[in-house]
Amino acid sequence: MNWDIKDIKDWDWRKHPRGGLIRDAGNAKKFKTGGWRSARPLWDEEKCVQCLICHIFCPDCSIKTKDEKMTGIDYDFCKGCGICAYECPHDAITMIDEAEARKKEEAEEGRA
Amino acid sequence: MAVNFKDINKTVALVGTDAVAEAMRQIDPDVVAAYPITPQTAIVETFAQMVADGKVNTNYVPVESEHSAMSAAIGASSAGARVMTATASQGLALMWELLYIASGLRLPIVMPNVNRALSAPINIHCDHGDSMGARDTGWIQLFSENAQEAYDNTLQAMRIAEHKDILLPVMVLLDGFIISHAIDRLDLVDDDVAKKFVGQYKPEDYMLNASQPLCVGAFDGLYGYFFEFKRQQEEAMRNSVKVIQDVGKEYGAVSGRPYDLFESVGLEDAEYVLIALGSAAGTVRSEVECLREQGLPIGMIKLRVFRPFPAKELAAALAGKKAVAVMDRSDTFAGGMGGPVFIELRSALYEEEKRPLLVNYVYGLGGRDLPVQLVNQAATELGEIAKSGQVKQMVNYLGLKE
Amino acid sequence: MGTSLKELSKKPEILTGGHRMCAGCGAPIAVRQVLMGAPDGVQLVVANPTGCLEVSTTIYPYTSWNSSYIHCAFENAASTLSGAEAAYQSLKKQGKIKDDYRFVAFGGDGGTYDIGFQALSGALERGHRMVYVCYNNEAYMNTGIQRSGATGLGTWTTTSPHGTESFGKTQNRKDMTAIAAAHNIPYVAQASISHWRDLVKKAQKAFAADGPAFINVLAPCHRGWRYPMEQTVELAKLAVQTCIWPLYEVDNGKWNLTTKVSKKKPVEDYLKIQGRYAHLFKGEKHGEVLKRIQENTDKEWEKLLQICGAE
Repeated sequence: MNWDIKDIKDWDWRKHPRGGLIRDAGNAKKFKTGGWRSARPLWDEEKCVQCLICHIFCPDCSIKTKDEKMTGIDYDFCKGCGICAYECPHDAITMIDEAEARKKEEAEEGRA
Repeated sequence: MAVNFKDINKTVALVGTDAVAEAMRQIDPDVVAAYPITPQTAIVETFAQMVADGKVNTNYVPVESEHSAMSAAIGASSAGARVMTATASQGLALMWELLYIASGLRLPIVMPNVNRALSAPINIHCDHGDSMGARDTGWIQLFSENAQEAYDNTLQAMRIAEHKDILLPVMVLLDGFIISHAIDRLDLVDDDVAKKFVGQYKPEDYMLNASQPLCVGAFDGLYGYFFEFKRQQEEAMRNSVKVIQDVGKEYGAVSGRPYDLFESVGLEDAEYVLIALGSAAGTVRSEVECLREQGLPIGMIKLRVFRPFPAKELAAALAGKKAVAVMDRSDTFAGGMGGPVFIELRSALYEEEKRPLLVNYVYGLGGRDLPVQLVNQAATELGEIAKSGQVKQMVNYLGLKE
Repeated sequence: MGTSLKELSKKPEILTGGHRMCAGCGAPIAVRQVLMGAPDGVQLVVANPTGCLEVSTTIYPYTSWNSSYIHCAFENAASTLSGAEAAYQSLKKQGKIKDDYRFVAFGGDGGTYDIGFQALSGALERGHRMVYVCYNNEAYMNTGIQRSGATGLGTWTTTSPHGTESFGKTQNRKDMTAIAAAHNIPYVAQASISHWRDLVKKAQKAFAADGPAFINVLAPCHRGWRYPMEQTVELAKLAVQTCIWPLYEVDNGKWNLTTKVSKKKPVEDYLKIQGRYAHLFKGEKHGEVLKRIQENTDKEWEKLLQICGAE
């Protein structure tokens, strides 16, 4: 089910599901943890050999894959731990400062 | 169409534990998880034999502790099964935190508890200290006077627990040894009648529903909706009063034995009233009836439902009475406040303009016998209180060596 | 079922992003790898005792589990899940449900070695078909790094602090994997998140076992162990390479060493990069403890080689 919890903080006690049951399995996907990041992994597709080591070691299910290939990093959830960069055998992932990356992004958005 | 209850009921002689096991057989729960403890053991022994003989479909889980019994019951009930367990005394105490979890998760688990004193010193005999200690755990509590009521209450408990407006666990209480191990004459309803009465369990939310996986027991640590969930629980408990009454009436219609929140003797003309629950009610009733034959204006109330506490109903029933004595088979150790039934009744009567005088008799701790002479003593003292309008001693210990 | 990274990348994630475990935590890595070993086409019921994983993955109104899930209390994941499994067996037999389910518990070392020990032993003895996984970070991390039965000799924790009169934890950890094996259940294994293929294979065997299975997975915690968070997998690897955490299985009673260590690294290589052992490297005072850790490790390793018939 797709449970609408937008205004849950204002709910009357009668509106909550009995006993705190959650019927919407996996709805934590709506909770983005990317904001926790102080460092950002950057993926260099050129250097990547598609070994997928980063995928098996990511604690936050943030290595995106499709058809047995890595396709990018999910910044909605990535907390910037750096395990992927540390474990990558081909240095295809590097960690950069998140604040600076954001500043740069904002500047680019501003230009656009 | 008049029902001939003689055709429906079969009269048998059973000890209380076997009477409860018979109810369990008729309920045929999907899962029973239990651990043996005196004086409950005979329930699970008898039931294990029923499982071994293929008389039930139950998956019987012989766990390694009462803590695991209630944990497994919670797991099984969350999964969508109809679940029962049974315990007593220390076993109930070991389940402590899980009693709150079962009610907090709104799981309709039914558990006979054979009332036995709590250690120390260790004692295997009856008092109500175990279940009274669990009175604020969010469980419905039904007391039984004898094996018949233990059986009847067990069948009704399942209906009450599983009612869609309730979904709370229910404890069926029967006095250790006095009821559990004494052979009693009782009527069992026909298997078909019992099964039809109890009905099929169709859970609304359950873990083994592949079309809607369920998260049970989420953490409420950050946003704080705990308060709201507890209010829901209280609402369910309030709603249960009517459901307990309705189920009691319906059970009466199929068995010939209707049930209510409490039953009474002579309230219409009594000036003073004794209140008891559990097996002592039988002794109290016989003495009260005897005294009424002698012309004394005495009555009695046998409390069946302790949770929810039928405060309004009791207050109405006792309106205008001169004096009321509450018999408590446990103490609260509150430093002179008396036993739990007394404290709650006293609170229930506070709003009444004409409150009866109240006196408490704590009796029977650790299985101390309650002979009719002691009931007579309490009744006599109560009569004097009604006459004099004075309570000399609010909390009294009946049968204590002093 | 394959165990290539390509194949595993196609498995649907049962644990979703959006959980709130610390950045760099080893526990969700353990969970993901174990669940990659779950068979296709079955439904799952996951159980947690109270702990980091529980409080971080099911913060109401959110759940990170794409499956059914239950948390009951701290000491009873195994008994709670055994009830769910018993319900499944009963309902299935009676024809009341039709889907196939597997049952898996993820408990921390506190919920497994200590407070949940009795419930686990009972469940293993009763033979429920469930996989019990201990994500082992060698202390109570959820409450802030207190010692557990899984904490090793000489380890600093907040309840086994070092000081003028103490070198940290004075006792050895207990051998929980061997204790689980002593229940003579179909499958027991010790694993590490660093050796992912080994772990996924073990999970596959555990899920296939017709009865209880127990996997003890080393899942480092940088908050409690005091090392840089990007090195979580590296720490797990060093634990294996130093033989502090050997990888083996007990498959229907047969002990197999699943990862050979030809050149055993000194335990110091593993200990010295962790803040929880820093006191052992300052001055002469606690140097003796390092020696004891090495001796214990050697002794346990030799014993394991012998039981496994390995060299």
